[in-house]
Parts: sequence; structure tokens; C-alpha cells
Amino acid sequence: MTEALMTHETAGEAPSADRPLLQVRGIVKHFPLKGGLFGRSTGTVRAVDGISFDVRKGETLGIVGESGCGKSTTARLLVDLITPDDGEIVFDGRKLGRDLTLTELRRNVQMVFQDSYASLNPRLTLEDSIAFAPAVHGMTDADARRLARELLFKVGLEPKRFAGRYPHEISGGQRQRVNIARALALSPKVVILDEAVSALDKSVEAQVLNLLMDLKAELDLTYVFISHDLNVVRFMSDRVMVMYLGEVAEIGPVDAIYAKPAHPYSRALLASMPSMDPDSRTEAVVLTGDPPNPIDPPSGCRFHTRCGFAEAVCSREKPLLHARAAQGHSAACHVGGVDTGHTLSELPA
Amino acid sequence: MSLFSPSAAVPVVPAERSPGYWSLVLRRLSRDKVAMIAFVVILALVLMAIFAPYIAPADPYKSSMLRRLRPIGTPGYPLGADELGRDMLSRLIHGARLSLMMGILPVFIAFGIGSVIGVAAGYIGGRFNALTMRTVDVFYAFPSVLLAIALSGALGAGIFSGLLSLTIVFIPPIARIAESVTTQVRKIDYVEAARASGASGFTIVRVHVLGNVLGPIFVYATSLISVSMILASGLSFLGLGVKPPEPEWGLMLNTLRNAIYVQPWVAALPGLMIFITSIAFNLLSDGLRSAMDIKA
Ligand SMILES: Nc1ncnc2c1ncn2[C@@H]1O[C@H](COP(=O)(O)OP(=O)(O)OP(=O)(O)O)[C@@H](O)[C@H]1O
Ligand code: SF4
Ligand SMILES: [Mg+2]
Repeated sequence: MTEALMTHETAGEAPSADRPLLQVRGIVKHFPLKGGLFGRSTGTVRAVDGISFDVRKGETLGIVGESGCGKSTTARLLVDLITPDDGEIVFDGRKLGRDLTLTELRRNVQMVFQDSYASLNPRLTLEDSIAFAPAVHGMTDADARRLARELLFKVGLEPKRFAGRYPHEISGGQRQRVNIARALALSPKVVILDEAVSALDKSVEAQVLNLLMDLKAELDLTYVFISHDLNVVRFMSDRVMVMYLGEVAEIGPVDAIYAKPAHPYSRALLASMPSMDPDSRTEAVVLTGDPPNPIDPPSGCRFHTRCGFAEAVCSREKPLLHARAAQGHSAACHVGGVDTGHTLSELPA
Repeated sequence: MSLFSPSAAVPVVPAERSPGYWSLVLRRLSRDKVAMIAFVVILALVLMAIFAPYIAPADPYKSSMLRRLRPIGTPGYPLGADELGRDMLSRLIHGARLSLMMGILPVFIAFGIGSVIGVAAGYIGGRFNALTMRTVDVFYAFPSVLLAIALSGALGAGIFSGLLSLTIVFIPPIARIAESVTTQVRKIDYVEAARASGASGFTIVRVHVLGNVLGPIFVYATSLISVSMILASGLSFLGLGVKPPEPEWGLMLNTLRNAIYVQPWVAALPGLMIFITSIAFNLLSDGLRSAMDIKA
């Protein structure tokens, strides 16, 4: 009995030993704000400010947060489209820049962008767009082309009809399928989906989400799924990471966070989510106003300017991520921490 | 356009092909009446230049002291005779050679060099961009007429120095346009996606950037041909550039200027040719610009 339970536990956790497929360690990206005479730097946007997380093999990690909290910057850091100021990226136990080359990282980690039209070169046929990456990595033109057609078929587009078409001739949903095919052309292990379905109509969105689920099962993929739609994130993800102003507010299993968020920000975010079930809608906490400016973020806990539970300690000391009741669930809030100086030991219901 | 050479025999079922961008552009251009008229005019001028020795009724260099400044319609001189009694028609026909060359060649070479500078600066960005473009701006700051005169004054008269100074004049504006369109294209997601696929900068520029920037740069360059012709004529007019007795429209305008009160129509003919040619190039350039503006 216990043995069966344990095997189930480990199987559900991390299939390849206990090593996560992708590890992010304290990455930082500050953008200098250019302005004034001679393009002098007049400040920095602290877009991503020291975040760490793991992506386990075979899971989907959802990333949520308000606009401008650094989701896309995180995604672009993961594929090194922008180089971090600090921190490290470890893929399959190998650290980028030490025993993992950029080429290897890019073969294994691919990305799908939000804007399906801007993501495809308008002068290339769909087939040529998909075949580009494999050809770059040394595949012969004929093989790359054959692969492109197989991939078109895999994402549900009849190769004979679509291979020779140009991006403007097909619909948004079809274009996003092509972008997915393009991302899969190097047989990556991890695919980062940055708002990949956000621009699509609801019915098309559902079809593309189903396609993503099917591809994940068939090709043994791992996803990082970024979206502002909390319902979609719940549907897609195994674990969720909530970001606020370039930092991780909370991370954990999707069920734990959606049922009992440990960070007041996650709670407010979830409360503002349009519920499928009208009876369970809460009026309790709603986020007011815009997030503060990432150029000059608030001291201590960055959420204290909008938090209903903020106390003196919150603006003084930065709360660190620490474990919560559920397995693998942690949040960065003084409430519920050990000896934090906050008077509450649990968020009130 | 394609990344793949057509010779790569692909044992894959042929797919339905959509017409590519450039065939759509040509189709649209062919429906533009004004542009087509301009195109026919330019074609006629080019053919006239190529076959000048066969078309011209007389030797453009053969002068006659007895037949100076004859009016249009003089027997044997359909468009009159110039100040040295040479046949105007033959000189105008032969003049197309040098005038078209001085109009087109500098722009063509500047298009090549300016595109390389601008695309490199735009794609590489950062300090390289700042350094390159500030240097280009130094040249750009001079009015083109002054720069052309100064350069060809320094290089001395002659066809080659004229071509060289005009080329140098046109590199900065073309490089600036090339830099600005490349900077825009570089930020688009398909270039990001290509970078994420691990392609080298050179490959990305070749496959993804050039196809999207050369068109707009080319259209801009064609609009400079008329400017180049007029500047070239100006240089000849000032005694720089082409030297007598070569037939060249700008130079002919210069040498006939004293005859403006005696034979105004004859004296105006080279100017008319310059006018027609530059208008034709501008109209074709405008037509090309609107034909390329295909809304998705
Ligand atoms: N290249 C850049 N230069 C300067 N600032 C940038 C740059 N890219 C992003 N930023 C800033 O960094 C912050 C985070 O941006 P990011 O695009 O990562 O947010 P996001 O969470 O993806 O938002 P959204 O939901 O709107 O896509 C924002 O304040 C943004 O203005
Ligand atoms: S640390 Fe304080 S301010 Fe920050 S979320 Fe927790 S209670 Fe609110
Ligand atoms: Mg984003």
C-alpha cells in the first residue's frame, strides 16, 4: 500500500531522477532607460529582478501576472534572446556558458510568440519558414523541406495546400499552428509559449490549446505557458508561478494555488478572474490601480503599496519565498512565515 | 527569395504555390497606367542610348562653321544645329548615353554600398550603429549640390570623377534609409524567432532581413536617379564632370546658353530631355512604391 503510494508519488514528481529539466537561478535583467543628451542612462527598468524556478520534465509551468511584470522578459531570457545581467540557466544539469553552448540551448528550448503574423517572415512560404531552423542546423534542404511538411501535417495543416502559401493568406489560428510547427522543427525538449493563444478567438484558442496538449503527449514536451488568462492557465498547467514587478510572488501546484493562494497578490488576481461559476464569485479583494513603476519599485515587499494586509515590516523587509502547506508550494509574503514580525500567521478567509 | 536553391531536387509532392510577393508587385505595377507610360519612356530612352550610332542620322561630333545655330526644321537638321553647327538630333540621341549613365550608375553603386552600411548598422545596432551613422550624418549634413561640386572640384573634371563624386553624394541618404528600415525589421518577431533558432547573424540578414528591406531601399534609390541626372548636368554645366566635345545633356545646355536669345527652342532641347527623363524615373519610382504597398 505505502509502496504503491510511493511509486505513484515519485512518478508524479520528476520522471528523470529528481533533476529538473530547466533550472533558473537568480536571473536579473535591468533595461537602461536611455534619454537626455547623448543617450545617457537616466534610470533602469528592473524588468526581472532575481528570480529562480525549476521546470520539471514533462510538466507545464504556467506564468501569470499583470502586464509589465516581466513575463516576456523571463521568456526571452530562457532562450537567451536577451542576455541576463546576472544569474544562470541550467538545462538538463548543464549550465549555459559552462558545459552547455548557446546552440545546444536553442536546439532544446524553443519559443512561440504572441503575434502570429509578426512571427512569420512575410516573404517566405510557410514551408520555408519551418524549414529554416533545421537547414541552419545542417539538415539538407530536401530533408528540411520534408520535415516541414511532416510538421505541417502534425499541426493539422494539409501540406499540399499550405506548404507553398504565404503568411497573409491564412487565418490567425492557422498561422499560430505554423509557428508551433516552426518551434518544433528542431525537436526541442522545452517549448515556451508566450501568450501564444491570447490573440485568437475563443473557439480557435480552444482548438490550438488542444493541439498543444496532443503534441505535448505525443512528443514528450515540457511547456512554459505564459498567459494573462487565468482560466486557460489552470486548464493547461501543472504548476503556476505568479510574478509581481519582476519577482516571484508565489509558485506551486496549480490546484493548491487556485484553491488557497498564499500570497495576497495571487489572491487578488484570482478574485478578479471571471469565474465560470457565478455562485463562487467573490467580491472580497480586488486589485486597484496599476502596478507601481518597475523603474523605482517599492521597498521591502513590492506589493505593500496595494496590499490590504500590509504592516510596517512589509515596507521594511523583503519577504523571501518559503514553503507553504502543500508540497512544492511557496510564497513570498510575511504572513504565514516564521518569525517575520507580521502580526498575522495566516491570511484571513 | 527562397532559402533553398531551386536545383535541390525535392522528392516531395509538389504543393500548390501562391504567387510570391514580387510577382504580385509586378502585376500591380503593370496595372498602373502612369507607371507603365513612364516605363515605356525610360525603355525608349535606354534603347536610344544603346543603339545611338544606328539611330542618329549624323555624326554628333561633326561641326560646320557655316551652319551654326540653325532653327528646328532646317533641312538635314530636323532639330536644328548647335553653336558649332553640329546636328542637335544626333547629339541629343548620343547624349542619352552619358546622361543616363551619370544618372543611373552613381545611384546603383551607392545603392549597393549604402545598403551594406545601413543594413549592417541597423542589424548590429549599439555602438557600431552610433559610430557608423554619425559618420554618415557628417556627409549628409552638406547640401548634395555643394558636396557634389566640392568633391568633383577636388577630383578634377572628367566622367570618372563625376561618377565618383555623385556616388559619394548618394551613399549617406541611402545608408540612412537602409539603417532605419533595418532597425524596424530587426525588432519584428520573425527575426527574434530566427535568432532563437540559433542562426548566425549573417544567415538571418540574408534570409530574413534583406528580403524585407531591399525593396523599400530600392524604391528610395530609384527616386534619386532624377536627382543624380540633374546634379550630373549641373556638374557638366559648371565645367566639372563631362568635358566638351562629348555630347551630354547638361553640358549641351551649358554650351548653348549664349544662344538662348538667338535659338531659344534649340537651346532648350537638352533641358527638355533632362526634364522628361527625370519625371519618368520619378513616376516609375512612385508607381513601384505604391505597387509594393500590399496590404495583408
Ligand atoms: N527592451 C526593453 N527596453 C526597455 N524596457 C523594457 C524592454 N523590454 C521590456 N521592458 C520593460 O520591462 C518590463 C517588463 O516587460 P515584459 O514585456 O517582460 O512584461 P510582460 O509581463 O510580458 O507584460 P505583458 O503582459 O504586457 O506582455 C516592462 O516595464 C517593460 O516596459
Ligand atoms: S509581505 Fe506584507 S505587503 Fe507583501 S504581500 Fe505579504 S502582507 Fe502584503
Ligand atoms: Mg509579454
